[in-house]
Amino acid sequence: MTTTSTPPDSRTEAALALGDDALVLSHRLGEWAGHAPVLEEEVALANIALDLLGQARVLLSSVGDEDELAYLREERAFRNLQLVEQPNGDFAHTIARQLYFSTYQTLLYGQLAATDGELAPLAAKAVKEVAYHQDHAEQWTLRLGDGTAESHARIQRGLDALWRFTGEMFQPVVGLDIDRTALRESWTASVTAVIERATLTVPSGPQSGAWTAGAGRQGLHTEPFGRMLAEMQHLHRSHPGASW
Amino acid sequence: MATAAAQKAAETEPGGAGSAAARAAEQQAAFDEAVAADERIEPRDWMPDAYRTSLIRQIAQHAHSEIIGMQPEANWITRAPSLRRKAILMAKVQDEAGHGLYLYSAAETLGVSRDELLDKLHSGRQKYSSIFNYPTLTWADVGAIGWLVDGAAITNQVPLCRCSYGPYARAMIRVCKEESFHQRQGYESLLALSRGTQAQHEMAQDAVNRWWWPSLMMFGPPDEESSHSEQSMTWKIKRHSNDELRQRFVDICVPQAESLGLTLPDPDLKWNEARGHHDFGPIDWTEFWDVLKGNGPCNDQRITQRRRAHEEGAWVREAAAAYATKQAGAPRADTAATAHGEATA
Repeated sequence: MTTTSTPPDSRTEAALALGDDALVLSHRLGEWAGHAPVLEEEVALANIALDLLGQARVLLSSVGDEDELAYLREERAFRNLQLVEQPNGDFAHTIARQLYFSTYQTLLYGQLAATDGELAPLAAKAVKEVAYHQDHAEQWTLRLGDGTAESHARIQRGLDALWRFTGEMFQPVVGLDIDRTALRESWTASVTAVIERATLTVPSGPQSGAWTAGAGRQGLHTEPFGRMLAEMQHLHRSHPGASW
Repeated sequence: MATAAAQKAAETEPGGAGSAAARAAEQQAAFDEAVAADERIEPRDWMPDAYRTSLIRQIAQHAHSEIIGMQPEANWITRAPSLRRKAILMAKVQDEAGHGLYLYSAAETLGVSRDELLDKLHSGRQKYSSIFNYPTLTWADVGAIGWLVDGAAITNQVPLCRCSYGPYARAMIRVCKEESFHQRQGYESLLALSRGTQAQHEMAQDAVNRWWWPSLMMFGPPDEESSHSEQSMTWKIKRHSNDELRQRFVDICVPQAESLGLTLPDPDLKWNEARGHHDFGPIDWTEFWDVLKGNGPCNDQRITQRRRAHEEGAWVREAAAAYATKQAGAPRADTAATAHGEATA
């Protein structure tokens, strides 16, 4: 589990991509516990984190041992989008990340739920959860964008800073049989509408960084990710073979 | 309110021959009668000022404990050793935030605001449970907190489900259900460690050694030094004395420790046939008062993190308030919106 040389089987690739997205974002949201701006957001962020962790567990378990996959793979073997591994930043940064990702997840799972593929049952359940996540992110984008001058500036910064990680969502994933053109169009329309309603500006820069787009899906990550994994995995790795 | 006595008091016409003093005496008598009859006092009922003040203090302290109590456990969310344990821990910390919300709501029925209470917490004018000033140093601490700290909390809180103040009693019913669940999960987590590898067993024992005495301190000072006890018992806010509940807790824990395969760090702990209870060693009350005065291992850290979260979140709450004002179609009132602290999601 520590190398990238596992033979790419399409079912595994798709489950890892979606499972790692959920696992990693859940972890980031878990970092908010005890730090949220109001008690209601302690509850909401933990709720979203728990939904995502639940999705991750189903997906990872479908292709292996969930704990081995989460705790014993190294950075290069993770298949998540770079977007979800980005540090939390301030609340606006976290909300911008949630807006981009939950919109993607809602559309993606909506498509998957309508197919008869292996991921359809999971997607059918998850689509209800992610619709809630998307609503939460949209409501906060509106509040922050059309709130005070400070919140407006902060959410705009968050949207701008994370924009370059959004292109990855529309790259092909082995085993994920979806209409990527429709996904991209719907995502852009949905995100644009919310951003504009929030009196904000849709970022105009490139939607990928210096890596080729789709880097995260190939195990090419950003620097903060390794440190995140070190924290996440250290206890499990310190007690090889133990059960908890 | 539901009590006949109180209704009678409410129907009594003010003025006339009944002076203000007579009216006050009648209200007091109706209140006393309701409490004596184990009826619930509700927010719109008359209650003595001291009863109101005492409840606000107790419920606020209880709410604060839920909020500060998130920190020692949240400290391990990002390091939980399996995805199952991570999910359980996240759910638990989320429940604690929810308990804080119920309890602030219960306190608000007494005429204070959440903002006001949080301000008192942040400025040190109101306290939270001393137990949360101890650090979580290993993963086993999460299990020990579930078993011992939640166990002690439940022992304290189950009688509060019959407390004379209705909103508090009803909040406690909901809180106790979830706490019992957490307590069993904590026990089960410690059991997995105790029966695991040698290193895991040692980790579990070390955690129990560190959390046992602080858990006993959660029941408060000995009866003879407990300043609020007598009055609280007369008002039926409290149903049992600190020492009585502490004894009950010890008696519950001893057989549980045995089935966990762990020992409790007290050489004087033994069954007393004559009393039908376990005798146990002396508590270090110096440490207790030190922690309560702010000199525990984590007092500074806990309150600093709480204040920082609140201060760093101020712009978010201001944004939500400003947005709500705009949506309501009201004229822009940025300053008023800023003064209003809490926004809801």
